[in-house]
Amino acid sequence: MTAIPLGVPRRLVEFTLDGQEARVPEGSTILDACRAAGKDIPTLCEGDTLTPKNACRVCVVEVEGARTLAPACSRKAEAGMQVRTDTERARHSRKVVLELLASSVNLSTTPRAAEWIKEYEAKPDRFGPDAARVDEEPRVDNDLYVRDYDKCILCYKCVDACGDQWQNSFAISVVGRGFDARIAVEHDAPLTDSACVYCGNCVEVCPTGALSFKSEFDMRAAGTWNEAEQTETTTVCAYCGVGCNLTLHVQDNEIVKVTSPHDNPVTHGNLCIKGRFGYQHVQNRD
Amino acid sequence: MDLHFGDSKPTDEEREAVDALLGPPESAWEGATERTDEDLRWARGGRPARERRDLLLPGLHAVNDRVGWISEGALDYLCRRLTVPPAEAYGVATFYSMFSVKPRPATVLHVCTDVACAAAGSAELCAGVEGRLGPGSGVSVERSPCLGLCERAPAALVVRAGSPAASLGGQPPDPRSSNAGGAERSAGGAERNAGGAERTYATAVVGPATPDSAVLAATAPEAADPEAPASLAVPQAGQPGLTLLRRVGVVDPSSLDDYRSHGGYAALRRAFALGPAGVIREVTDAGLVGRGGAAFPTGVKWQATASQPDHPHYLVCNADESEPGTFKDRVLMEGDPYSLIEAMTIAGYAVGAHKGFLYLRGEYPRALRLLDNAIEQARARGLLGDDVLGQGYAFDIEIRRGAGAYICGEETALFNSIEGYRGEPRSKPPFPVEKGLFGKPTAENNVETLVNVLPILTMGAQAYAAIGTEKSTGPKLFCVSGSVARPGIYELPFGATLGELLDLAGKPDNLRAVLLGGAAGGFVRADEMDIPLTFEGTRAAGTTLGSGVVLALDDTVPLPQVLLRIAEFFRDESCGQCVPCRVGTVRQEEALHRIAERTGEAAAGDIALLREVGRAMRDASICGLGQTAWNAVESAIDRLGAYE
Repeated sequence: MTAIPLGVPRRLVEFTLDGQEARVPEGSTILDACRAAGKDIPTLCEGDTLTPKNACRVCVVEVEGARTLAPACSRKAEAGMQVRTDTERARHSRKVVLELLASSVNLSTTPRAAEWIKEYEAKPDRFGPDAARVDEEPRVDNDLYVRDYDKCILCYKCVDACGDQWQNSFAISVVGRGFDARIAVEHDAPLTDSACVYCGNCVEVCPTGALSFKSEFDMRAAGTWNEAEQTETTTVCAYCGVGCNLTLHVQDNEIVKVTSPHDNPVTHGNLCIKGRFGYQHVQNRD
Repeated sequence: MDLHFGDSKPTDEEREAVDALLGPPESAWEGATERTDEDLRWARGGRPARERRDLLLPGLHAVNDRVGWISEGALDYLCRRLTVPPAEAYGVATFYSMFSVKPRPATVLHVCTDVACAAAGSAELCAGVEGRLGPGSGVSVERSPCLGLCERAPAALVVRAGSPAASLGGQPPDPRSSNAGGAERSAGGAERNAGGAERTYATAVVGPATPDSAVLAATAPEAADPEAPASLAVPQAGQPGLTLLRRVGVVDPSSLDDYRSHGGYAALRRAFALGPAGVIREVTDAGLVGRGGAAFPTGVKWQATASQPDHPHYLVCNADESEPGTFKDRVLMEGDPYSLIEAMTIAGYAVGAHKGFLYLRGEYPRALRLLDNAIEQARARGLLGDDVLGQGYAFDIEIRRGAGAYICGEETALFNSIEGYRGEPRSKPPFPVEKGLFGKPTAENNVETLVNVLPILTMGAQAYAAIGTEKSTGPKLFCVSGSVARPGIYELPFGATLGELLDLAGKPDNLRAVLLGGAAGGFVRADEMDIPLTFEGTRAAGTTLGSGVVLALDDTVPLPQVLLRIAEFFRDESCGQCVPCRVGTVRQEEALHRIAERTGEAAAGDIALLREVGRAMRDASICGLGQTAWNAVESAIDRLGAYE
C-alpha cells in the first residue's frame, strides 16, 4: 500500500468560477479548481510534477478587476475572486497563442495540440508562407535521447527538471533571447561534453516530444512507431534498493521507452540513467 | 550541486580580469594554476559557495571590459570561482546584447538606429561607418537600440576593451574592486595597439555623429573630443524656478562640496528629523507617483516595504533607462549625481534598508564614472556607511551595470539580472514589496522618482503638492527629441499642455505626429496640442505619459519606417519567456514589413491580423514589454491613420 502524506489540513478558499461557487484548499491554483470542477483548460508548460513557469500562456483565464488575463496554472485562487474561463477574451488569447506556436514550431507530436487548434478555430497558416519558424535540425549526439528543437515551445520544463526542481544537474539552460532563444548546454556543445547525467527526466516532462528516446525517434523516422499497439507494464527497478517504479512501454515484444508514474511517491516520475535507459539486458535473447 | 566544468582554460588576461574582481583563487578547485597539498583539505560548498551568484554579471563585465568578448575558458573559470553551472552562465552571457560569446574586435562601435536617431540620419551614418570600418579595422560596428543620447542624434558609443587605465577617465567600471594597483598590473599578455602602448579600457560618446567623427572615436576613443557637459541637454539650465534640474549645469557633478553648498544633504537631515514613518507620510501626502512609467504611488510602495516583517529590506534604484527616447535619468545622473545618492539614502532610511543597489544602464559610461565618484566621496565623508551623518543608520550603495537589455528595466527582471540570472520577468504576485531582490522585501524606484523626494522634504509635502495638478503633483521631466529646434530635457509642472512644451522646444511648422511615452507609448496628432501633460490627462485622451518621452516627427519622416523600427525594437528586446511576446513581436514585425508600401484595402488584412495578435500580446503577455508592444502601432493606425 502506498502511504499518502496527508499534510497540514488546509483551509478552503471560496470564489466564483464561471458563475458557480468553487471551494478549493488554500494554495490551490485556478487550474486546480477548474480541473476539480471538470473544466478542460488547455495547458502546455504546466506539469504535474513541476512548478509551472507559466510561459506558454495557453491556460489564460479572465479574473475580474485585473487589467490582463491570468495564467490559470500559476495564479492562486483567492477568496472572493471572480474567474471566467470561457470568455471571448480568454478564448481569443488561447487561439492566438496556439496560432503563434503552430506557425513557428512543429506540434505534430504534441498531445492534444491538433484537438485544441480545432476547438479554438486557430489558423496557423494565416501568417503566410514566409512566417519565421524556429527551423532546427534534430540533434542526435548520443545513443539515449534526441533533442529535436524544431518541436520546442520553450516551456522551461526540461530546464526546471534538470535544475533545482528535480535533478540538480543544471546541464541545460535557455540561451539567447527572444525568438532566437533555445535550450542548450554551455557553449551550445553536444550533450556528451556537458554536465548531462542522462537521467532522462527532461524527456519525461517534455510536453511536445522535442525530447524523445532515441528508440522512439528512430521508430518514428522509420514509420514503425505505433502507440496504439503499445502496452504499459509498471514494475520495480531491479538495479538498487530505492525501489523506483518503472513503466515499460512495449511494442512488438520490445521495450521502446521507459517512464515512471508521476504519482509514485518515490520517483515523482524521475529515474536515473539505469532505470530509464538500462533495459537492453532484458531483451538480450542470445 | 555537482558541477561539471570543461577543460578550456582562461588566458592570463581573462584570469587577471576575474581575479581583479573576486580576488585570487583560494585553491586549484577554484581554478588556481598551481596544485598544492592544501587542495586535498579544501572544500567549499553550500551557501557560502552559492551565495556569490550575484557576482556573475559583474564578472562577465570584467572579462568583456578586458578582452572584448567572453571565451569558453573565461566563462568556465568564472563559473568555478562562483560555483555557477556553466550552462546557466552561458544562458546569462547570451542574454545581454553587450556581451559576445564569439570572438570579436576589442573595440565595438554602437550606432543608435532608434526612432530619434533614424530621423536624424542614422542610416547614412551606419553606411558611412561600415564602409570604413570593415573586417580588419579592429572595430566591430553594431546597430544599437536607443542609447539615450536623443538630444544629440544621431549618436554613437564606442567601447574599447583593455586593461584598466590609471586615470579616472578610463577606469574600467568596477564598484567592487579597489582602484589602487590598477596601474601596477603587468602588461603581460595584453595586446598592444599601434602606438606600442598597452591597450587600455576606454569609452567615448559621439553625438551628433558624422562618419568621420565616429570612425575617429572608434579608432582612438581616448583621444576623442570630450563629451559635451550634461547641461547642454537642458535648454532651461540655470533658469530660475527649476526644481529637479536646478543644480544641473550649476554645480560641478564631481564635487560633493559644491553639491552641499547648493543645498545638498538638507533633505537627508530633514529625513532624520522626521523619522522613517514621517518621511513616508510626507511622500504620501505629497502625492508622489512613480516616474518610470507606471505611476504607482511611491508612499504606498514604501509603506508596504517598510511594514514587511521579513528582513533584510532592500532599496533598488532603477536606472536602466532604455525606453527609446528617454534620457532624463542620464541627464540627472550626469548633471547632479549626488542628488540621487542622497535620495537613495533617504529612501533606504524610510523603508528600513541598509543596502541599496543602483542598477545602471550599461550604455551610460559617464553616469557610471560620476556616480562611482559620488559614492566614494559620500563614503569618505560619512554620508554613506555604518553611521550616516552620525545618526546611527547604516546604508551603502552598490552600482550594478546592465549589459544591454531593455527588459531589465522591468522591475522583477532587474532583480533576476542583479542576482545573476537571465533578466526574465517574474510573475506577479508576489510583488517586490513582499518578495523582491534576493526574495526579500524591496522598494524599487526610478531615478526621477527618487530625486523628487528631495524637494518634498525640503519644501514640505503641502508646498510640493501645490505644484502641478490635483492628481499629478510636482514637477515632471520631459525628454523632447526628434524634429524640434531645441531637443533636450525640460522641466515643467504637471498640467502644462503638449503644445506649451513643444513651443519651448521649438515646434516645427510641418509637425506630423508626436510619440508620447516612447516605444511602449502612443502617437498623437499634430492637432492635439492641448492634451494636458498629466497622468490623468493623457489617459483621458486615450494615450499615455509613460516615462515622459515627447518625440516629435515632422512630415518628412516616413511613418511606416518608424513603426517598423519600433516593431524591430520589441522583437529584439523580447526576452523570449512567454509565447505571445516571443512570437507575437515577430509576427507583428512581419506584418508591418508586408504593408510598409501598402495602404487602404491592400493593408486591411494585415491590419486585422495585427489587431488580433496585438490584443493577445496585451492580454496574455507576462510583463509590460509584451503588453505594450503593440501600443504605438495601434495608435498610429487608429489616431494617425497610417496605411489609409
